[in-house]
Amino acid sequence: MASKTIILPEEKTDSRQALFEQFAEQCPGPGWLLPMRKASMARFAESGFPSTQDEDWRFTDVAPIRELAFKPIHEAPADAESLPEIRKRSLLDGLDALCLVFVDGVFVPELSDNLAEDSRVYVANLQRAFLDDPASLQKHLAQYSQSNPYAFDALNAAYFADGAVVRISRNTAAKRPVRLIFAANGFEEGRTANPRNLVVVESGASATIVEEYLGLGKSATWTNTVSEFAVGDNALVEHVKVQDESPCSFHTAGISAHLGRNCRFRSHSFALGARLSRNNIWAKLDGKGLKCVLNGLYLVQGEQLADHHMVVEHAQPRCESYEYFNGILDGRSRGVFHGRILVRPQAQKTDAKQTNKNLLLSEQASVNTKPQLEIHADDVKCTHGATIGQMDEEAIFYLQARGVPLPAARRILMRAFAGEIVERIEHKALRDRLAQAAWKRFENSQ
Amino acid sequence: MFTIENLHAGVEGKEILKGVTLEIHAGQVHAIMGPNGSGKSTLAQIIAGRDGYEVSRGSIEFQGRNLLDCGPEERAHLGIFLAFQYPVEIPGVNTTYFLKAAVNEVRQARGLPEMDAVEFLKFMRRKAASLELPEDFLKRALNVGFSGGEKKRNEIFQMAVLEPAFAVLDETDSGLDIDALKTVANGVNQMRSPDRSQLMITHYQRLLNYVVPDFVHVLHNGRIIRSGGKELALELEERGYAWAAEPATQPA
Repeated sequence: MASKTIILPEEKTDSRQALFEQFAEQCPGPGWLLPMRKASMARFAESGFPSTQDEDWRFTDVAPIRELAFKPIHEAPADAESLPEIRKRSLLDGLDALCLVFVDGVFVPELSDNLAEDSRVYVANLQRAFLDDPASLQKHLAQYSQSNPYAFDALNAAYFADGAVVRISRNTAAKRPVRLIFAANGFEEGRTANPRNLVVVESGASATIVEEYLGLGKSATWTNTVSEFAVGDNALVEHVKVQDESPCSFHTAGISAHLGRNCRFRSHSFALGARLSRNNIWAKLDGKGLKCVLNGLYLVQGEQLADHHMVVEHAQPRCESYEYFNGILDGRSRGVFHGRILVRPQAQKTDAKQTNKNLLLSEQASVNTKPQLEIHADDVKCTHGATIGQMDEEAIFYLQARGVPLPAARRILMRAFAGEIVERIEHKALRDRLAQAAWKRFENSQ
Repeated sequence: MFTIENLHAGVEGKEILKGVTLEIHAGQVHAIMGPNGSGKSTLAQIIAGRDGYEVSRGSIEFQGRNLLDCGPEERAHLGIFLAFQYPVEIPGVNTTYFLKAAVNEVRQARGLPEMDAVEFLKFMRRKAASLELPEDFLKRALNVGFSGGEKKRNEIFQMAVLEPAFAVLDETDSGLDIDALKTVANGVNQMRSPDRSQLMITHYQRLLNYVVPDFVHVLHNGRIIRSGGKELALELEERGYAWAAEPATQPA
C-alpha cells in the first residue's frame, strides 16, 4: 500500500512539538499516560497527514483539515453548562438512556445524567475513570486501536482530553442504552476535539451504545474521535453512531472493535452532517462463530463529503460479517466507500457479504466505491456488490399513476432506500427516532 | 365519459399510434385486442400519462377534461387507473403504506378528509378478502419477490382499493394460471357498475370468457381496424389477426 509522508517545515515541526508538550502538561493522568501520548505523537509525526497519494485516502483530500490552525481542546468552554439546548438539538431527544454530554470533547457533568454507582454497569468519563481504576484503563486504552493503522488515531491518542469509559461486567445486561453526546461548540476556527471512548463488554454481557456528534457553531472546527470496543465471548453489542455536525466542520472517526467467540456486534453509522467526514472502522473477528454487522447510511448535499472506510478482518473460522451501506447524495456532494474484507489463513468457513448502494439526486453528485477482497483461506464465501444510480423512473411513474405527486413519490423512494439501513437497528426506540430523522431530511427535497 | 379522438403518437420520431378513435360510455367494458407491436401498450401508457411519448395529433378526454394536459398523478386523482403489464418492484415500500399514501392523495385532491389508519386497515382487509388474497400481502414490500400472478393480483387489488371511474388493464391476463385468471376476472367484475368503465387490453380471448365485454376492438398497426360485440373476440380467436387485417373484410 502506498503511503506518503508529508514533511513539515522544520519550524512547524518544532511548534507542533511545543504545542504537544504544553497540551500534555495541561492534561495530567496516571504515570503511564505521558509515555503513551509521546509514542502516539511520534507515530503521527512520522506518518503525518495522509495525502491523496495514499491509496486509502485517494478520494478524500484532508488538506482543508491540515490547513486549519490546530487548537486541541483540554477544557470545556467556560459557558458549557449554559448550553442545555444541546440535548434538544439532538435527533435522539427524549430517548430513554443514560446520557453523558461532552462539549469539545470534554465532559460536562452539569449537562449529563447522574452517573449511578453501579459496579456491573460502569459508565464514567475518562478523567474520572483514571481515578477510579487506572490499572484497568492501562490494560485496555489504546490497545484495540493498534490494529487500526490510521493516522488520526495516533493524533487522537496524543491529544485526547476526555471521553467515555463503559464497562459491562460478565453476564450483565445493561438495560438502558448508554448515550454519549459530543457537541462541537464551534465558536472559534480550528478548535479540535479529540474524544476517546473505551467500551468493554465482558463475556455474556450486553449493551447498546450510542455516539452522537453535533455542531452548535458556524466555524470550521474539527472533531477527531476514536472509539474502541472490546467485546467478550457470547456478548451482544449494538452500537449506533450519529454524525450530525455543522456543515462547515470536519469529522474524523476511528472505530476499532475486537470481537470474541460467538459474540454479536452490530455497528450502525449515520453520516448526515459535516463538510468532510471520514469513518475508519476496523473490526477484528477474533473468536470462532461470531457475527458482525456494519451498517451505514450517508445523506449528504451541497459540498459535503462522507467517507466510510472499513476493514473487516476475519481472524478465526466460521464467522459471518455483513456490511450494508447506502448513500443518498444531492448537490455537489460526494460519497466514498471502501470496504476491505481480509480473511486470514486460519479463518476457514468465513461468510462475508458486502453491499454499497448509492442514489444520486443530482448530476453533480458523485460516488467512489471500492470493494477489496483479500482472502488467504480456501474455504470461504465472500460476496460484494455496489450500485450507483439515479432514482428509478419506472418506480416513480408507478407511484404517480396511483396518485402520488412527483415530490412525494421521490420522497417515498428515498425513504425506502434509507429504510433498508434504518430497519437493521434492533433497538426499537432508536430505530424509530432515526427513521424520523431521516424522513425529516427528505421533507424539503424535491 | 372517455373519448379518444384521432390519436397519433409515437416515441423518438417513430409513429406507433396512427389515428386511434375510441369512445367509452359510463358502465361499459371495452376490450382492445391486437397482435404484438400493434400499439396496445403504448395506448395504455399514454392514457396513464407516461413520459417519453410524443402526441402529434388528436386528443384524449375524460369527463370533459383534456387528459393530455394532466400529469399522471392528476389523472389518478380524476379516477383513471392503469393496471400495469409489468408492475414495478419497489423495495422498502410496503403495500399498505403505499396504498394509504395513494388513497389519501386521491382523497385530498377531491377535497375529502384523510382516512384514519384503523379505518383504512379495515377497508384494505375487506378488499383483500373479497379477492381471496392472503393478508401477508399487505405487509410485504410492493411486488418484491412476488410471482407474476401475485403481481397481477396486486394490481387488481389496488384497483379495488382505489375504486377508479375508468380502469385500463394492460395485459393483466398474460402469464396467469387459471386460478389467478379467475381472481383477476372476479376483481374486474366486482368493479362493474353503471358509473364505472373498464378498458381491457389483451392479446388473447381467454380473459373475455370471464369478463364479458360490451365492445371489442382490434388494434392493428396503430389503428383500430375492426369493432364489434363480444362475438368478435371469438371470431378472432378462431381466424387469427391476419383475418382481421384483410382489407376486403373491413366493414364499410
